[in-house]
Amino acid sequence: MRVVKFEKKNTEKLFDVLSRFGEVWSPMEKGESYSYQKIEDSNNFIFHEEVTRTILPEKKLLLPQKFPTLKFNSKKYEKPNEEIPTKILFGIHNCGISALNILDEFYTTDFVDADYQQRRNKLIIVGVSCIADEHCFCDKTNTNIVEKGYDIFFADLCNYYLVWIGTSKGDDIIRMGEDMGIFDANIPGDVTNKYAEYRKRNRESYCNDIDLEGSTDLMELSHDAEFWQELGDICLSCGQCTMVCPTCTCYNVIDEIDLNKDTGQRIRYWDSCLFKDFSLTAGDHNFRAARSERLKLWYTHKLKAFIGKFGAPSCVGCGRCIVTCPVDINIKTVAEKLKKKRAL
Amino acid sequence: MRNNQYEYSQHHIPEQPHNHESQVPIMMRIISKKDLSPDVRFFQTVPTTDYRYENLNYKPGQFMSLSISGSGEAPFSITSSPTRKGIIEFAIRKVGKFTEKLFTLKDGDLLGLRGPFGNGFDVEKFLGKDIIIIAGGLGAAPLRSLLLYILDNKEQFGRLIYLYGSRNVEEILYKGDFFELLSSDQIELYISVDENNKGFEDKIHRGRVTELFSKIGKINPDNTVAAICGPPIMYKFVVQELLKLNMNKNDIFLSLERRMKCGVGKCGHCIIDYVYTCVNGPVFTYWDVLRMQDLI
Repeated sequence: MRVVKFEKKNTEKLFDVLSRFGEVWSPMEKGESYSYQKIEDSNNFIFHEEVTRTILPEKKLLLPQKFPTLKFNSKKYEKPNEEIPTKILFGIHNCGISALNILDEFYTTDFVDADYQQRRNKLIIVGVSCIADEHCFCDKTNTNIVEKGYDIFFADLCNYYLVWIGTSKGDDIIRMGEDMGIFDANIPGDVTNKYAEYRKRNRESYCNDIDLEGSTDLMELSHDAEFWQELGDICLSCGQCTMVCPTCTCYNVIDEIDLNKDTGQRIRYWDSCLFKDFSLTAGDHNFRAARSERLKLWYTHKLKAFIGKFGAPSCVGCGRCIVTCPVDINIKTVAEKLKKKRAL
Repeated sequence: MRNNQYEYSQHHIPEQPHNHESQVPIMMRIISKKDLSPDVRFFQTVPTTDYRYENLNYKPGQFMSLSISGSGEAPFSITSSPTRKGIIEFAIRKVGKFTEKLFTLKDGDLLGLRGPFGNGFDVEKFLGKDIIIIAGGLGAAPLRSLLLYILDNKEQFGRLIYLYGSRNVEEILYKGDFFELLSSDQIELYISVDENNKGFEDKIHRGRVTELFSKIGKINPDNTVAAICGPPIMYKFVVQELLKLNMNKNDIFLSLERRMKCGVGKCGHCIIDYVYTCVNGPVFTYWDVLRMQDLI
């Protein structure tokens, strides 16, 4: 373990230090919400503890919504020679780091996804603690405190930040900051009390009463339940839940050909299992023609399938599906359906 | 409460060229093609020089993805056998935009290829056993890979029973080869057509493929494995016949179709419950079908 102390007054200098290691990306206001954007000016570099969630999750920095995965001509296919810049993701919270841990596991187990890996290798994670709002439920998914997945993590102990250093790369950044006098290796004597208070504050900040206990088995037992049809009837199949979900990974590819008709790119883009043609095979056989079937697939993946393979749900409690779905179908309402608490 | 939730298909996933290069198609050249039926064409392809695929190996029941420059990519089962090295063959039905384009290609034209993908049939487990293969329609394409594999190593296997159901005589794939095998002592082959068998009454039964089970006599259920591939509707009827023969649910192997796309369990299109058909399938046991919802 290596920890240092950081004081908020040094925020501007911290931006200077981080900028030396790469592009700094952090939540910035976008309309009434926030989104991860590239920070060019230290005035926009803020410790956003109250900003609980951005519109799109962190995955957009690792696998953009749309990018060329291959280039080709009539004689061969090859990987594009793309220069990937180093990005520093500042202000990511525990749920986001947990989501990246899930993505790491998913994209590098059995087969390493090169598109993901090359961007992941260039991403530096600087986490910041947060205050939960009414939609957050990372305490229920055990993702409210992360043990791994960050290079540096700032925990707000009120008078100062306790800075956890998770990786050698993180240590490089801290050492440069120490040289500039913004980190202090002398930790105040009251740190254990302060840290215990911080954990207590974290624990007490949740008010979302979502209950995910036993959801794997409940999903299995509810396979033929009527509520899927009811939810299917109101679902718009818009796919927003999958776009904003930090652990949704499905994608599609399409070939785009250049005007010269010889060269082109294979474009990889975010797909959604809620879209009608998601399971459509040649010969027009659609394995999931009904919206209810597709909706069930999404919740199967979140609450059951991923647990089967990796031992934990692929939901990190960020609450994005709750604030995003226009017809109020989300993890919370489905979890309630599974336990028959809610009449439609 | 399933304590071994991720225990999918009883057989393992074979080693695959799963490095980042497996997502970059290599180039294959079409060396010959012929029409097997009014809408199914047989393609023979060979790798162009590429260090990655000098020893291209695969298992019966696996599939590969073919790309046409500018027209995209689609998955196809392999119809050739790994016992006959050098040439990789596909039997492809014209059903959509990609295959329409594919049917315009000429000998010498190039195709991109990724794979092999999927688990395929675990032929090691078939060694020393009697084998029943049941093919319906285009299911005869992937099962030809298994059939040739077994015929080429026949001394390592017991009885070989092959039941092939087709809609009509014109749509029987590899008709000449199958008619020749009717008189072979290596295989007990029975063919049926749903429609008219006029002119072929001596070779082809008129009726459902399940009616052919009456012709195979007694089997030893403890030493028999079955491999099935055909249209979705066929599976449950065929499985019922096999269960009547007292076969073990883990010895019944079904090759299923889904929308395979990436081939490496990432893009999500072929997912069923918690398995990716392109990695954990396309071959599943009947026990898999019973314990996982939505498989057939």
